[in-house]
Amino acid sequence: MSEKQERTYLIDNPEFTGLMMEGFFGNIPHSKQLGLEMVSAERNKAVLRIPFAEHLVGDPTSGIIHGGVILSLMDSVGGMATFCALPKMEAIATLDLRVDYLKPAMAGQGIEAAAECYKLTNSVVFIRGVAYQTGIDDPIASCVATFMRASSSKIQGVVK
Amino acid sequence: MQDKNDFFRAVRESKDFDKAIEMIPYANFLGVRFSEKEDGSLLFRMPFDEKNVGNTALPALHGGVIAGFMENAAVISLMWAMDSTSTPKIIDFNVDYTLSGRAQETYARCDIVKLGRRIANVQVTAYQDDPNKAIAVARSHFKLVRD
Repeated sequence: MSEKQERTYLIDNPEFTGLMMEGFFGNIPHSKQLGLEMVSAERNKAVLRIPFAEHLVGDPTSGIIHGGVILSLMDSVGGMATFCALPKMEAIATLDLRVDYLKPAMAGQGIEAAAECYKLTNSVVFIRGVAYQTGIDDPIASCVATFMRASSSKIQGVVK
Repeated sequence: MQDKNDFFRAVRESKDFDKAIEMIPYANFLGVRFSEKEDGSLLFRMPFDEKNVGNTALPALHGGVIAGFMENAAVISLMWAMDSTSTPKIIDFNVDYTLSGRAQETYARCDIVKLGRRIANVQVTAYQDDPNKAIAVARSHFKLVRD
């Protein structure tokens, strides 16, 4: 009933999926290399997935995906959650990213990650997320990250 | 794989550093390279590759690629320091992005802040043209696997 404030969400735009597929996935060479897939997206939340691939392995004797791939996945899902929280399309940049590796990933399996925006300010977006294989209640890694919004002056310097 | 302790000794003597990278498919995929400097420290580099781009408009390297590169550098530094082919297990990785990574070669240097019996703390600095102008800094903890 008493919604704090009704604001617009980019994700409510019917063109959101198309925008993301083209701008986020289609235009990022490294995301294609990782085989990044969108699982779901809603207001403030996103779920992405990376299927298993041999070139993503860290240690051939174990066959487990490299920790660095989880960093890429977390950065990507954090960015996607950011877009799911923004009122309209704008450029963003990762300010910082912290990943805690909770337990070893299982060999030969892909990884899914879910992230949510828990605070949006005029300049910074605060994100937290988890990565998992069997289910979200059994995470292999957790993450917190902050993203800078293009609407703030600082990033415009960076983008330039 | 040959005897664990002989591996890095052989790499060190032959200066065939790519051999060490070949052990890590993801490092190989990113194009990570390294060499030993005269002072004995390691310099990591990642030549520019189109597939590592995260933003085609700028263009800029993918943040995950920069972090992945830095994580690889930290792992290899530890293995090198310990003369071990047992991969340290990553506990956490904390990266701050200070500049966008441009479409050019990227370098990383590692500082092993603490090499304990069970835990190591490594700081990594990534830069491009100017070693004093970091594009990202990271610190990370590893659980060590003693041979």
